[in-house]
Amino acid sequence: MSANGESYNLIITGVGGQGNVLSSQLIGQALVRKGFFVTIGETYGASQRGGSVMSHVRISSKKQLSPLIPQGKADIVVALEPVEALRILTIYGNPETVVIANTRPIYPIEVTSGNEKYPGEEEIKKSLQSLSREVYYIPATEKAGQLGLPILANIIMIGALLESNLLPLRVEEFRQTLEKNFSGERIEINLQALEEGRKIIWTEIKNKRLTAESAEDAENN
Amino acid sequence: MGNARENASISVIGLHESGKELLLMGNEAIARGALEAGVKVCTAYPGTPSTDIIETLASVAKSMGIYVEWSINEKVALEVAASASFSGMRAICAMKQNGLNVASDFLLSLNLMGVEGGLLLVSCDDPSAHSSTNEQDSRPFAKMADLPLLEPSTFQEAKEMAKWAFTLSEEIKNVCLLRGVTRTSHARGNVTLGALPPATDRKVYFDKQRQRNTHPVHQKHNQLHKNLLYLEEVFATSPFNQYQGPGQPKVLIITCGSGWLYSLEAVEMMGLEDFVGILKIGTLWPLPTKTIVEYLQKSDQILFVEEVDPFLEGNVKEIAADFSRQIGPKAFFGKRSEHIPFYGEMNSDRVIEALGRILEVHYQARDSRYEARAAEVTEKIIPGRVLGFCPGCPHRASFWAVKNALQLDSREGFVTGDIGCYALGRGPTGFFLLKTSGAMGSGTGLASGFGKLAPFGFDQPVIAMCGDSTFFHAAMPALVNAYYNKSNLILVILDNRATAMTGFQPHPGVGMNAMGEKVTPVDIAGVCGAFGAKVEVTDPFDLPGTEQKILQALEDPTGVKVIIMRRECAMLKMGEEKISYKVQVDTRKCVGEDCGCGRLCTRVFRCPGLIWDQSMAKAKIDEVLCVGCGVCADICPEKAIVKEEGK
Repeated sequence: MSANGESYNLIITGVGGQGNVLSSQLIGQALVRKGFFVTIGETYGASQRGGSVMSHVRISSKKQLSPLIPQGKADIVVALEPVEALRILTIYGNPETVVIANTRPIYPIEVTSGNEKYPGEEEIKKSLQSLSREVYYIPATEKAGQLGLPILANIIMIGALLESNLLPLRVEEFRQTLEKNFSGERIEINLQALEEGRKIIWTEIKNKRLTAESAEDAENN
Repeated sequence: MGNARENASISVIGLHESGKELLLMGNEAIARGALEAGVKVCTAYPGTPSTDIIETLASVAKSMGIYVEWSINEKVALEVAASASFSGMRAICAMKQNGLNVASDFLLSLNLMGVEGGLLLVSCDDPSAHSSTNEQDSRPFAKMADLPLLEPSTFQEAKEMAKWAFTLSEEIKNVCLLRGVTRTSHARGNVTLGALPPATDRKVYFDKQRQRNTHPVHQKHNQLHKNLLYLEEVFATSPFNQYQGPGQPKVLIITCGSGWLYSLEAVEMMGLEDFVGILKIGTLWPLPTKTIVEYLQKSDQILFVEEVDPFLEGNVKEIAADFSRQIGPKAFFGKRSEHIPFYGEMNSDRVIEALGRILEVHYQARDSRYEARAAEVTEKIIPGRVLGFCPGCPHRASFWAVKNALQLDSREGFVTGDIGCYALGRGPTGFFLLKTSGAMGSGTGLASGFGKLAPFGFDQPVIAMCGDSTFFHAAMPALVNAYYNKSNLILVILDNRATAMTGFQPHPGVGMNAMGEKVTPVDIAGVCGAFGAKVEVTDPFDLPGTEQKILQALEDPTGVKVIIMRRECAMLKMGEEKISYKVQVDTRKCVGEDCGCGRLCTRVFRCPGLIWDQSMAKAKIDEVLCVGCGVCADICPEKAIVKEEGK
């Protein structure tokens, strides 16, 4: 949650073409409808061309914030690609940052060409953990593939974000924004993706709680 | 899902709901401001970060009864807008910073010709050159042309200023400029809508009693300076200039545009509200001298926070020199003192750094342990992610064919490039082929020159490459130049049926205009052929056929040869969900690292949809990313990549 309870700094990151810009816009629209000040700054030059992209979504109940989050001031990072979560944390993260990360890698061309190495799953997890308070892993691309449209991964991630209660935005409020932006068949599949995201993180949160409780029990015994 | 084009917010700028608060992009806010001012004619050539202004206006053109066009280039865009103004209507013309260079030829006459209906010229700068070939500051153009310039700091201001600009323009009967930057124009924030004016059916006409020319030049030039003196008075009381801070600040920040919110945030984060004052200037030219002198008197230390060039910094110092007896000696900090970097975009951290140095205040964003860990992760774990052509992009195939042809030709041939997605041809997915890229159309102009250097011993073949939209914008004159001057030139036109880089705006070759009207497309092959170029058309996905055509052109030592590589942008195709092949790697045929090709598929071809399976040590299709173009099937020497019809 935000440091002061009146402002929230969210970064949505990923690779060009993953639907990063639209995700931040939808969340922003929903929050403005709720009466918040929202400022969004985004890297867009690479929007369809395989580069790293990020949207800074800044939410305040008091005033219009600047379009870029200062160094180390991200409260929440939603990553549509796991290594991009790391890239963001190194600049904008702090020990209290919460991360929600898609597990599906998109290999940079320098990795497929063999010039650079993509870190292993464990290495990514260890690094993410060391630069944040909490990390939730969401197999969003896989789930979206099962729904028949891999591009829905972004909506699944939003579902997870809303269910985490890290933002002052309820799923129901977001649903209205979705309905304003999409129509017909598209709304159905988007709503379904939203629900999938909620379910996945809910299970993640429950498991984390159980692990924490059993650790506590072990200590008490 | 999908991309921003599908977003319904595109049409919200036409809402008749005064008082409604929306999340709008700065550019949308500018468009809304123009609508609230009753704009009638809107023109532009697309260019990031300015494109959305005219794009959003196009989306409401019919319902609002306005005329919107994508002009062939920025100079023509300004001319079309001026015609509306001469006829008494309000008009807006938008462009990116490089575009203002193109339009400036007319602008520096138009200022002397004067206008009738309010004419707003918006130029959006791209600090850090996120999507540009330069980091250029538009503001000096206002000074050069002796015209007023406004710069918004917030999204709401973007709307209000755009609206006010038309009034100002009509008061001085001249053009008013508005400068956006990436983080004001292409960022989003809260905007409360104002009222839209009632529709009018006033007949417009050009007053023949009046000649619109630049003569008598010296009188009109003099009038421009009189206008500036008048505007200084108007700006002295403008609410767009405002001060926030203590009565006698230790440091006075003078800022504009995006710098304002960063400055406010920096001062708050450092807890310096009682020591630092912030003067935000919204009327950038002419500067409000009275206001500036008033605040210069309040502090001995002045810090300038602005994006790109030290424009405020230099011009405020000029005012300080004029009023030096009244304001006394000052210490000035900014780009010239290197408290603020000369390059790259602004952010709060940069302001914090500068204030910290001036006031000797220590600020650390994160503890050193976290910093050390972050540095370690960056260095050891995170791979780079360079930009490249999308999966299924026809440019990758085009560049592949050109690369192979130049290799076979073996005369050290090279490619001169242009502006568009294919500028990525300077990098790995274009096999580093592009050896020049700068201004629109310059690839062809340069090639026209190289083609005349044979008498001096120059014997390298040169291939110019440009896109379809760029061809119309600026390559056409260069091509005629090459023909007329008997240059030996090959021009490859990458015809992907869109202005793809900026978001698929139509152009004369597409068959549609900004108003959504069907137009008979201008036939690029016909245009080139009409003045004597030898023209070939090819599908870049036919690699051998395309390569053959390039080789033939390379063997022909005379005249202008044009090869049109025609294949629709893969992103456009995705919109229609037309996928052609199911592509797979036959793991029995793929011989992995042992293949004599040196992993041509992944090490050289570099399509994001074709990856390397570490455990199998063989190529593999990433089914999420592959769009099924099937080109990679043709490059594998073992025929291990298989394409089947109908995915």
